[in-house]
Amino acid sequence: MDTSRRDFLKIGGLCALGLSSVEVAEAFAKSQASKYLTNPKAGAAKRWAMAIDVKKCWKAEKKECKDCILACDWAHNVPDIPVKRQEVKWLWNEKYENAFPDQESELEPVEVKEKPFLVLCNQCAHAPCVRVCPTQATFKNDQGITMMDMHRCIGCRYCMAACPYGARSFNWRDPRPYITKINPDYPTRDRGVVEKCDFCVERLAVGKIPACVEACKSKALIFGDLDDPNSDLRKALASRYSIRRKPELGTMPGVYYLM
Amino acid sequence: MLERALSGSAAYKRLLGGLFILMGLGFAAYLTQWEHGLMITGMGRDVSWGLYISQFTFLVGVAASAVMVVLPYYIHDVKAFGRITILGEFLAIASVIMCVTFVLVDLGKPMRVLNVLLYPTFNSMLFWDVVVLNGYLLLNIFIGWNVLEAERKGTHYKKWVKTLIYISIPWAVSIHTVTAFLIAGLPAREYWLTAIMAARFLASAFCSGPALLILLALIVRKYTKFDAGQEAINKLLTIVTYAMLISVFFVILEVFTAFYSNIPGHMTALKYLFVGVDGKHALVPFMWMFVILAIAGVALLLHPNVRKNEKLLIAACCCVFFSMYLDKGVGLIIGGFIPNMYGQIHQYVPTLPELMIVAGVWATGFFVLTVLYKIAVSVKEEVRG
Repeated sequence: MDTSRRDFLKIGGLCALGLSSVEVAEAFAKSQASKYLTNPKAGAAKRWAMAIDVKKCWKAEKKECKDCILACDWAHNVPDIPVKRQEVKWLWNEKYENAFPDQESELEPVEVKEKPFLVLCNQCAHAPCVRVCPTQATFKNDQGITMMDMHRCIGCRYCMAACPYGARSFNWRDPRPYITKINPDYPTRDRGVVEKCDFCVERLAVGKIPACVEACKSKALIFGDLDDPNSDLRKALASRYSIRRKPELGTMPGVYYLM
Repeated sequence: MLERALSGSAAYKRLLGGLFILMGLGFAAYLTQWEHGLMITGMGRDVSWGLYISQFTFLVGVAASAVMVVLPYYIHDVKAFGRITILGEFLAIASVIMCVTFVLVDLGKPMRVLNVLLYPTFNSMLFWDVVVLNGYLLLNIFIGWNVLEAERKGTHYKKWVKTLIYISIPWAVSIHTVTAFLIAGLPAREYWLTAIMAARFLASAFCSGPALLILLALIVRKYTKFDAGQEAINKLLTIVTYAMLISVFFVILEVFTAFYSNIPGHMTALKYLFVGVDGKHALVPFMWMFVILAIAGVALLLHPNVRKNEKLLIAACCCVFFSMYLDKGVGLIIGGFIPNMYGQIHQYVPTLPELMIVAGVWATGFFVLTVLYKIAVSVKEEVRG
């Protein structure tokens, strides 16, 4: 075989690269083997879900209560974007006809027609946003929460097209100048990524309940494990008639409205 | 062969210069977007995809120009298409380059685009679209280049090229199907949630792509010594006619299903597009323009003199191309977002920088197309002596 010096060096170089890559791969394998420890206080559930007692909520609303929304916005550094069409929203109020489109008879009690319904990410069991995401930047965790990896998101907004509830917000601009008071315990976001309610997964991890549930003085928000028949949530759902948004789509929303 | 693109007539250089200026303006507008984010566009939380993605879906259709000449030529041995195939393949390359660029400029984090390959997600239609579009681009580059090079050398192209050609035919169908699946499988987008979406994509692709190809072949014939042949153009026109009739038929099917079933969700988007809802009707003129052009296009295509009179032919192809552009490049994507998920009508109006970026990407596509056609035509002229 005719091997020139040049070829010999080329092959040698490739071999050296190959051998060194084994070392690197091993180093990575080692670091991945280490176990993460869970906070012993962390809440545990098979599927976190929420029920909103609209009657209780409306009683407080008479006094123009927005405690849950303010708590959520502060807890997650949700910016207050002045351009309405490019707003970022995690938890907010909608009218019945908008929260439940195509379901209104137009003859509902005035109260139902006029009063607000809290809307947020429904943490669907079969989430269309998770199905469509091309990078798994949005995914389900083992407690039924639809999560966002804002460092992986490429900002294609396919999830926004897929979400039947309009629950997702894109950072059309840098949100940081529009955060009124920064909460140092939660990361702010960069422009170009999608975000939404994550049931305060960071608070659940240290044994707290979601910020909105904690902030609600009239106890209108009931949070618990949907798979645990003894949870307060399941008891509330067993005793009161409840509806969900667009249940016909098969997304299995995890947010219930107690009527 | 690339060097043939470097020399040319004054008109060729002027054309490239003009396109280059448009590209520059588009790039400047993109720098603004890079600096400030997608806030500079007219998009928002309700209409979260706008002109960028709608251009992309339309141009996937134009890329079908290749398969509509390749399939008859290689499978049915239609000799008349022998000379025009290279124009079809190069148009496909330019179209797919525009498609990919439109997706890139739409991303909030374009520098992370490789995450799509780093974390391949088989349940995402967008992942598959990236795969099939780039695959189609590579296929057409390899095929077009090798066939042309073989022609220049006066030899027959290699056997593996033929294999690629056969692969490219079903592959072309896949780019339309996957792009249609991208929007047809979303539970609450009622305007898109239709089983004939992929069929609509194929039908409109098979008329808009070849219609543009005919126009380009006529331009090439006028300004160079390369003639794709009247027979090829006539045969393509037959394809355009059938595909156009099927496209219009499919649109009528959508209207029937929505209005006869009387389901509000299925009707609202169509009502918004064609008559307006709650006094909001930004897209109404565009959609009626689509209807007028489509009817005119069909009438011209069925006119007995369209094959003899070049003016009629040009008019017919323009009607087909622009009507399909309005339907797919404007109405289809934007209409899918109106009404929003709360039953409200929030309209979308693109901004100036957004339009400049769109124009810049189109200019990029036509720049690539001009260069590729220059190479192809130079080789053909040389071979014929």
